[in-house]
Amino acid sequence: MLKGIDFIPRGTKIPFLSMRMIAFALSGLAIIASITLFSMKGLNYGIDFIGGTSIEVRHKGGPADIGDIRAKVGALGFGDVQVQQFNDPRDVLVRIELQEGGEESNQVALDQIRKSLGDDYEFRNTEVIGPTVSEELTQAGMIAVLSAIIVVLIYIWLRFEWQFSLGAVIALVHDVVLTIGIFSLLQLEFTLSIIAALLTIVGYSLNDTVVVYDRVRENLRKFKKMELSSLLDVSINETLSRTILTSVTTLIALFALFFFGGEVIRGFVFAMIWGVVVGTYSSIFIASPVLLMLGVKRDWSGLGGAKFKEPGQA
Amino acid sequence: MLHFSKWKSFTIWGIALLGVFCALPNLIPEKSLSSYPQFVQNLRLNLGLDLRGGSHLLLQMDKNVLLEKQLKILRGSVRSVLRGKRDGTGNDSAIRYKNLSVRQDRVEFRPSEPAELDKAFQRVKTLVEPLPATSFGTSSGNNLTVEKEDDGRIVVRMTDAAITQRVGTTIDSAIEVVRRRVDALGTTEPSIQRQGEDRILLQVPGYDNPEKLKTVVKQAAVLSFHLVVRPATAKEAEDGLVEPGTTILPSLDQYSSHYVIDDEPLLTGADLANAQRGQSPSTNRPVVTFRLNTRGAVRFGDVTTNNVGRPFAIVLDGKVISAPTINEPITGGSGEISGNFTVSSADDLALLLRSGSLEAPLTILEERTVDASLGADSIAAGKLAAMIGLVGVIIFILVAYGRFGIYANIALVINIAMIIGALSLLQATLTLPGIAGIVLTMGMAVDANVLIFERIREELRAGKTAISAIESGYSRALSTILDANITTFLAAIILFWLGSGPVSGFAVTLSIGVFTSVFTAFVLTRWLIAWWLRSKRSSKVEMPI
Repeated sequence: MLKGIDFIPRGTKIPFLSMRMIAFALSGLAIIASITLFSMKGLNYGIDFIGGTSIEVRHKGGPADIGDIRAKVGALGFGDVQVQQFNDPRDVLVRIELQEGGEESNQVALDQIRKSLGDDYEFRNTEVIGPTVSEELTQAGMIAVLSAIIVVLIYIWLRFEWQFSLGAVIALVHDVVLTIGIFSLLQLEFTLSIIAALLTIVGYSLNDTVVVYDRVRENLRKFKKMELSSLLDVSINETLSRTILTSVTTLIALFALFFFGGEVIRGFVFAMIWGVVVGTYSSIFIASPVLLMLGVKRDWSGLGGAKFKEPGQA
Repeated sequence: MLHFSKWKSFTIWGIALLGVFCALPNLIPEKSLSSYPQFVQNLRLNLGLDLRGGSHLLLQMDKNVLLEKQLKILRGSVRSVLRGKRDGTGNDSAIRYKNLSVRQDRVEFRPSEPAELDKAFQRVKTLVEPLPATSFGTSSGNNLTVEKEDDGRIVVRMTDAAITQRVGTTIDSAIEVVRRRVDALGTTEPSIQRQGEDRILLQVPGYDNPEKLKTVVKQAAVLSFHLVVRPATAKEAEDGLVEPGTTILPSLDQYSSHYVIDDEPLLTGADLANAQRGQSPSTNRPVVTFRLNTRGAVRFGDVTTNNVGRPFAIVLDGKVISAPTINEPITGGSGEISGNFTVSSADDLALLLRSGSLEAPLTILEERTVDASLGADSIAAGKLAAMIGLVGVIIFILVAYGRFGIYANIALVINIAMIIGALSLLQATLTLPGIAGIVLTMGMAVDANVLIFERIREELRAGKTAISAIESGYSRALSTILDANITTFLAAIILFWLGSGPVSGFAVTLSIGVFTSVFTAFVLTRWLIAWWLRSKRSSKVEMPI
């Protein structure tokens, strides 16, 4: 008989809620640090958002000569040029800032760079984003993240109660802010795919929160007299093994992508790994304690429960 | 929940096998593909440009060039109504005017006699026409607005609706031209779509010369032949003062920096029947030879007969590329354009002339070009990561849940096959982030099983029998599973809407993954466990978890 191993000890009674002040302090500090970093150092925006040209070149024989590339491209006079090696000694990433003088000037710059490097290097990946598109993408990215948060707010509100909805969204904003913070701290390139990762984090972190909240709601029906803080603790402990197991399987898949999926998506995967870790933490230490602070209505026996709504509102 | 009727079992496995079947053609090696029936060949993943290599170009039509062109035509119409009809009826007298000109977004003039302001206003108003109704059946207003200014000017503007309509029809015809040009480059399966009001999204997979692609796509390639009035200097061009009915244009030949040419074209690109690269017999340099259609041949014959000894200018996109002298009448309907050509630029021009001209040049707003070798590397990396991720997750689940883990893993593998099958069936584009989406789905798909199995463990601990623990494990976990997946799906929809290329590919795999994973993790594993329970034939079952 094949029998599974229970990794998480049964009947854990970790007093998560009593740690809430430490967690709030920790998260508060992290959020302040993230906002400070963001406003001081900013983000290392990719060309999706600021426009410009990004070229990945590979030397046709042997390792690339970064100094030579920097000299050649710098001599063309297209302003700020970043040259950096990545992945393989043959591979170099060249980035040029957005050129003044309209959409076509970026194409002119690319053309000249092709002429000056084309003999020795293959152009493996070329991206040229003009001012119009970068502005549109920035806008679309912001709208996407904001609308995701609003949609979530509404969905949870419909499924639960407004306190849950607010708790979930506070946890989400927490995750998104910390992700932006780590990107600012490490100055990792912030691109459109990082926005995609952020939205996926929103989905994932919510997933975790919803699982805990479902259990909270169930226990609210089951233990009508239990104190809210103990009830929340019980709910988190009961779902703890699931929370950890799912995080582990997701992380297994993500780490495989991080180490073997190639340079192109490494930043994207990094954001997700960070998001899974932070999202798991926040659904335990942020989303549930917020419920305690807001208070929830205790009577879930009615069908819709709408008329019992008032007493619960703090 | 553990009872499955025959037809239900049949449906469940039918769906699963259909998904797997749709995924299978992807395992056929490229070489032997042609020996399979067509529908099998079509059931293969449609790889995005980031995986197969190719160019993604977002092009915008230069509205200003188009507007200026329209305003010049409008100026002609205004001139002709002011001149009056010559049919002898009442209100046909010419109205004298001055300063008739195109300025930015308008045509304006001033009647020479201030007393004729009203008359001129009424006359110009005859040009106002309602626009053709839009496809929604609503009237979209008039084509023009005419206004009298206090200072005695009359100002004619195109309405926004008219400009929009004009841009729309121009973009539609530009798409056709771009398609012909891209096809002529010998590319396979280019995708050309209109985006918004004035944009074209061009995606050309597997073409390895993005520079040539761009040159060929964006050039207007408006060709015309004009009689040359005289050569001119750069100074004259700056002053811009030339005889009425003529224009001064820059030149690319070595004889003169500019030419003054007659406005009336002798021939235009539309008169060409064909164009090819050739070689000049005298200089051995590359030239473009062309053949005219019947109408063009007749006209060209007449013009050259009447103008022997005079030079004519070959004008491409507002520049004179050469100005040969007519040595003898050209009546055969063919000729050649010589200029400062290389073999490749002569090829390009011939191609452009064959495919027709754009009314306004296209600007590249966004370019993403991936080399096929990088695409192949990405596929290899994605496959490796997916395999390692899959093996890792399978082992973990097996260790955590034993026999039930095997069922969850069977469901997981079928889930991935179904995602690939659905992508192949829908011909949705698989991008590198899309592969990441599949790998991520593996991690998240087992979430549903984790929820169920953990619940079963709890119920067992609460003292329930195996069967009722399984029953309530599935039924109690359902609402959580649905909540979790609906939220992921909502995020995926927003992502898709945000979607530029690769990102929307991620959204597509993520949302397909939501459906297939609920099916496999909730329905398939339940069927497998029910089947295992039945095989026990005993009410006392030792649970493997």
